[in-house]
Amino acid sequence: MSDQGPPTGSAPTPQAPLGSDPEAYAPSVAGQLAFYQRAGGIITPLLTAVVAFLAGGLVVLATGHNPLRTYKAIFEGAGLNWFFHFGSYHIDLPFTNHHIWFWWDTNTNHTAAYNLTQTLLTTTPLILTGLAVAFAFRCGLFNIGGQGQYLVGAIVGVYVGSRFTDMAHLPHVIFGLTAAALAGALWGSIAGFLKATVGAHEVITTIMLNWIAYWGGSYLFGRGGPLQNHVNKAVPISDDVAPGAKLAAIWGNPHLQALHSGIFVALGALVVFYIVLNRTTLGYEVRAVGFNPEAARYGGISVARNFIIAMAISGLFAGLAGGLDILGWQFRLGVLDVQVSNIGFIGIAVALLGRNTAVGVGFAALLFGALLTGTSTRSLDPNIFPPQLAGNLALMIQALVLLFVGADLLILYIWQARKKVRMPGLSRAADEAA
Amino acid sequence: MSAMEYAARVREKWSGNVIIARAGLALGLFAFVVALPPFDAPVWVPVFVGFLAFAAGIWVLSRGMRRPGWTAIGFGIVGIGLGVLATRASSSNIDQVVVWSALLSATLIWATPLTYAAIGGLFCERSGVVNIGLEGMMLGGAFFAALGADKFGNWEMGLVCAAAAGAGLAAVHAVMCINLRADQVVSGFAINFLALGLTGYFFIDIYGENGTPGDLPRIPDVNINFLGSVFGHLNLMIWVSFALLIVAHITLFHTPVGLRIRSVGEHPRAADTVGISVYGTRYAAVILSGILAALGGAYLSIGYLGSFSENMTAGRGYIALAAVIFGNWRPFGAFAAALLFGGSTALSFRLQQPWPAPSVLFQALPYVLTLIAVAGVIGRSVPPAAAGRPYVKQ
Repeated sequence: MSDQGPPTGSAPTPQAPLGSDPEAYAPSVAGQLAFYQRAGGIITPLLTAVVAFLAGGLVVLATGHNPLRTYKAIFEGAGLNWFFHFGSYHIDLPFTNHHIWFWWDTNTNHTAAYNLTQTLLTTTPLILTGLAVAFAFRCGLFNIGGQGQYLVGAIVGVYVGSRFTDMAHLPHVIFGLTAAALAGALWGSIAGFLKATVGAHEVITTIMLNWIAYWGGSYLFGRGGPLQNHVNKAVPISDDVAPGAKLAAIWGNPHLQALHSGIFVALGALVVFYIVLNRTTLGYEVRAVGFNPEAARYGGISVARNFIIAMAISGLFAGLAGGLDILGWQFRLGVLDVQVSNIGFIGIAVALLGRNTAVGVGFAALLFGALLTGTSTRSLDPNIFPPQLAGNLALMIQALVLLFVGADLLILYIWQARKKVRMPGLSRAADEAA
Repeated sequence: MSAMEYAARVREKWSGNVIIARAGLALGLFAFVVALPPFDAPVWVPVFVGFLAFAAGIWVLSRGMRRPGWTAIGFGIVGIGLGVLATRASSSNIDQVVVWSALLSATLIWATPLTYAAIGGLFCERSGVVNIGLEGMMLGGAFFAALGADKFGNWEMGLVCAAAAGAGLAAVHAVMCINLRADQVVSGFAINFLALGLTGYFFIDIYGENGTPGDLPRIPDVNINFLGSVFGHLNLMIWVSFALLIVAHITLFHTPVGLRIRSVGEHPRAADTVGISVYGTRYAAVILSGILAALGGAYLSIGYLGSFSENMTAGRGYIALAAVIFGNWRPFGAFAAALLFGGSTALSFRLQQPWPAPSVLFQALPYVLTLIAVAGVIGRSVPPAAAGRPYVKQ
């Protein structure tokens, strides 16, 4: 292979005279290596998602449905076809009575626009639960407890939202969201504290905390539970959130699950995540502990403190997600909501597919938000594919994404095998670097 | 061992603080028991006893024994909570509800799926592979047992199908964890979601709205009349689980095979050096865990309930995982934990009628106890040294 040389035309620099001297090539090799690293960083998640969808399509095919039509129906159920319908419409300017010309139809009485609002509505908590997993990951902790932290946030959110009815709108909303976020932070920091003090593995403790939150929620809102509806004692549902505590609807009819302003909170959280992690001392310490706790300890960083803080911040994100869902569109929390919710678990797939970076989590959350909405009973066209099957298809695709992300070594092997064909020297360097 | 050494060991084992710590544990349990019949104590008694347990914990803790101290405190708090809850239900209701023999058989019924999955998980973790995917393997077993029993018309084929499904899911986990060195927790989670999606998909695709047929072949009960009402009519799978428990204990601790499994889980490099196949042993252990977990699921679907429904295991795999940890990675420990957790499930269902809301809290008990256990119970739970770490051949 090596005597074959690089293919002509692909290398701009003259190679033959310098080929014997590796030092002369060092900068460009490093540059190319970095490019491949980056390319792998973008391409492997994309490849992962594509392969997962293909495998899901095989299951659809095997059971006698048309995968292409199914995925098209899911795509439309997610409202993503909205972007491809241009026309002459107008859009209302927020907080004014004016409206201006716009090339997309924002009227949510039409299916595509409505489905898109539902996709964004699902994306909002997914961004936050994804960040909850990602932040802990960067500290070397695997936070499985996003679901429990989300539930605790939702429980506290519905409590604060349905009480304190004499508060003004803005303070009430801020109080509710803060309380939800802090509750999540507390729930997460239990695992961090146990990890830091007695070395209990965070995966085990967060799984246990998830189920404690699950049954705790079932107890609180169940029949005879302390937070059950005060008016109707027959239904296992909480009191309704007071109108003053509801987040403002920004797109759509507020009575039909409109998109709420919480999406800006979620987008803001992405920015905060990036800044805290990459531009602050705290983030530096968290990442140092994540790379190598022993080295961090040697460098004077308190590993125990960072474990607790990282888990608390993780829980903060997840708890905020719970609070946003309650004050944004659910407005009440029932035992069933507690038991079927899996937003926190999907956050794991979101974080892993997004490579635990802010940008990646944002896109992965959108992907899963679209997948969940597109396969929901309300959005999917039942003539093309039964929605009960589609919900399970979404679970399978999510599992496959997790499997393939977990096996990115395999995908990197394939990637490197491709490189080996093209440039033998580089792949050896990549092997040593890996 | 000389008499003095022995005396020193006994002294060490039963020093004052240890006694107090154990007394704290006992008091914490007593706080709950005293609230149930035949004692029926008023509310303040369990609170008082629980506080004593709490105090014992604090005492021990402040004298430098952190783990026993925290444990006693935890038991004290739980004891108070449960004791208060128990006395708040009217005692006449409790009398009707807590029929002890019925409770015992219900405990065995709910403990059995946990026992299978826990012993499976035990082998897996002892070989150094963390298995969060027990839940998914149980669910897969539950569905394919029902499917196999329905399609072939007998329960034996149901069990075979369940075992095959569990082995298949476990094989995926094994390839991921052993060859591809993927994160074992991620892989396990993926297995859970995969099983949830696959079983739900095929269940609806095959059975639709009607669910599994009512005449599904069931695993038979074993009727031994002289054993009385509780043990006389147990399901075959329950008896097999007792046998499995003993076989698992002997295999793990008294045979070369068990030694290999444990050495691979504690120090794979050393095991590799003396010629034990690390990959082979781990593959066998992971696939065995999948088969056992699937049999536990099969007991749920074609043994006890006689039907399948979507997500019917509802977190039992996680309780099994908790039982493994609570039982300190030992078969009898895991079985005791499975009985305890099965008992809390049974109690929860029993107490549902007079007392709907707080009975739910008994469902949370396994998780609370496990949380306390990993935080520092007597002889804290210590996992196998290499659990969760992929092995790279050199």
